[in-house]
Amino acid sequence: MSLRNYLDKIRPNFEEGGKLHAFKSVFDGFETFLYVPNETSKSGTSIHDAIDSKRIMSIVVLSLVPAMLFGMYNIGYQNALAAGKLADATCWGMFLYGMLALLPKILVSYIVGLGIEFAWAQWKGEEIQEGYLVSGILIPLIIPVTTPLWILVLAVAFAVIFTKEIFGGTGMNIFNVALAARAFLFFSYPSKMTGDSIWVAKDAIFGLGYTLPDGFTMATPLGEIAQGTTVNTPICDMVVGLIPGSVGETSVIAIAIGAVILLWTNIASWKTMFSVFLGGTVMGLLFQSTGATPIHWYEHLVLGGFCFGAVFMATDPVTSARTETGKWVYGFFIGAMAIIIRVLNPGYPEGMMLAILFGNMFAPLIDYCVVQSNISKRAKRAK
Amino acid sequence: MDLFSKQNREVFSNPLNLDNPIMVQVLGICSALAVTSQLKPAIVMGLAVTIITAFSNVIISLIRNTIPNRIRIIVQLVVVAALVTIVSQILKAVAYDVSVELSVYVGLIITNCILMGRLEAFAMTNKPWPSFLDGVGNGLGYAMILVIVGAIREFFGRGSLLGFKILPQSFYDAGYMDNGMMSMPAMALILLGCVIWVHRAYFYKEDKK
Repeated sequence: MSLRNYLDKIRPNFEEGGKLHAFKSVFDGFETFLYVPNETSKSGTSIHDAIDSKRIMSIVVLSLVPAMLFGMYNIGYQNALAAGKLADATCWGMFLYGMLALLPKILVSYIVGLGIEFAWAQWKGEEIQEGYLVSGILIPLIIPVTTPLWILVLAVAFAVIFTKEIFGGTGMNIFNVALAARAFLFFSYPSKMTGDSIWVAKDAIFGLGYTLPDGFTMATPLGEIAQGTTVNTPICDMVVGLIPGSVGETSVIAIAIGAVILLWTNIASWKTMFSVFLGGTVMGLLFQSTGATPIHWYEHLVLGGFCFGAVFMATDPVTSARTETGKWVYGFFIGAMAIIIRVLNPGYPEGMMLAILFGNMFAPLIDYCVVQSNISKRAKRAK
Repeated sequence: MDLFSKQNREVFSNPLNLDNPIMVQVLGICSALAVTSQLKPAIVMGLAVTIITAFSNVIISLIRNTIPNRIRIIVQLVVVAALVTIVSQILKAVAYDVSVELSVYVGLIITNCILMGRLEAFAMTNKPWPSFLDGVGNGLGYAMILVIVGAIREFFGRGSLLGFKILPQSFYDAGYMDNGMMSMPAMALILLGCVIWVHRAYFYKEDKK
């Protein structure tokens, strides 16, 4: 408990009138991150769980780790595959290369995002909110590996300020912060977010990996469909995740591990998650039977960001519907919408991001309708 | 009668800052989002609205006592429509490129809420000279915001101002890219929000009584 003692010892510095009072919110943030705070709410009723939101966020980050680790490996794998040196590359070499490629993005995302949060909290004299712990790891996982760092800085700043802080901070945001960052990148710098030249890391780092020629292109399976070429990727590669794509989204297995953690700890709603897949399945079957899409319905579910979005984004407790019936509607809407955008709009090979943002927008309306119908049902019963 | 009395000066200067039609009354947003993707159309649009507001204010103010109350909106619309048509024809004759860029938005000045608002709220009850000042002030207040938003959007969206390239090629060679979202109306709305945010924070003391 020496850490506890140390924190108690330096605490007076951060109190009113102390030397480091300007950093009070930073101190509070770290202290409550390390130890569950021992305070209770001062007004109103509140229902307490065994874990608070900092602990919830930590578990979500934990559940993202498999997808992140596999994403690192896949970066190296795609690089070696593209260079034609797959036979020479070692498993650890590829992983290390991917880690070096991804690490700067994770660092930039956290430094910029948390920097803004800390500065904002200090400016407003509030406690630091923990929401960015999850967004900070989500953002590097949903962008292509070749995204330049400076546009990542802009996107993170935009997302934190305009989709979170101005709405009132963590828990108040209407839109998923990580997806807002991706949407900003997608609309601001489309050449770095779509196309077939961005999915594979092209430069060697510290002698690891292989340098690819500038004009190298490698389309994602969904990109191939949008261009009208046939998809030759075997289904097992799609499930394992050895396909080009955004960093964390490719492996269904790694995402499934995360999903199990989230469902087991009761953090994500199984209703939302299940109904997203249900919506995707129904729409996929519909399009497959009418011949609008060249691939099978189950391939739609494992390709692109569908699984990642369904497990980590659609279930975000802040931006999703909160009523139990509403969760079914909300999830189904997102799943169906994602496939509709993919198939019917040739400009957008992937529709999960827009579908979830769209769902976020409708979540309050869905909740309102569910609550109102309950009220009128009970009013009728009372008569 | 003092043409530049304190009251008249306030009529002119209030819409520029404390009673700005866009920043405070939040009127005329639609056209402000649509025409500000570049600086030049934003300036032309601002001037067009200024001229039309000023002269329709004067005309309505001159005939305000003869307008029957029941059909006043129709009378106002006829005056505004006539002025809009004149401005639109002049634009086509003098600056055809800009008028093509502005397309329907010149015609839609007729429906601009700032215009109808000023006619109803000011010109109907005031003399011609203050009405003229009020029209010019409101038009310039509107134009000012359009120019600010238009300049930001053109600079970050195209790296240029008034069509001249500002950012050197070496920037682009170093990896800089123009922000595509700046040329979308969605970003204009966010920028407008920021302008209002800054204005409220520094000038407009709404809640501090």
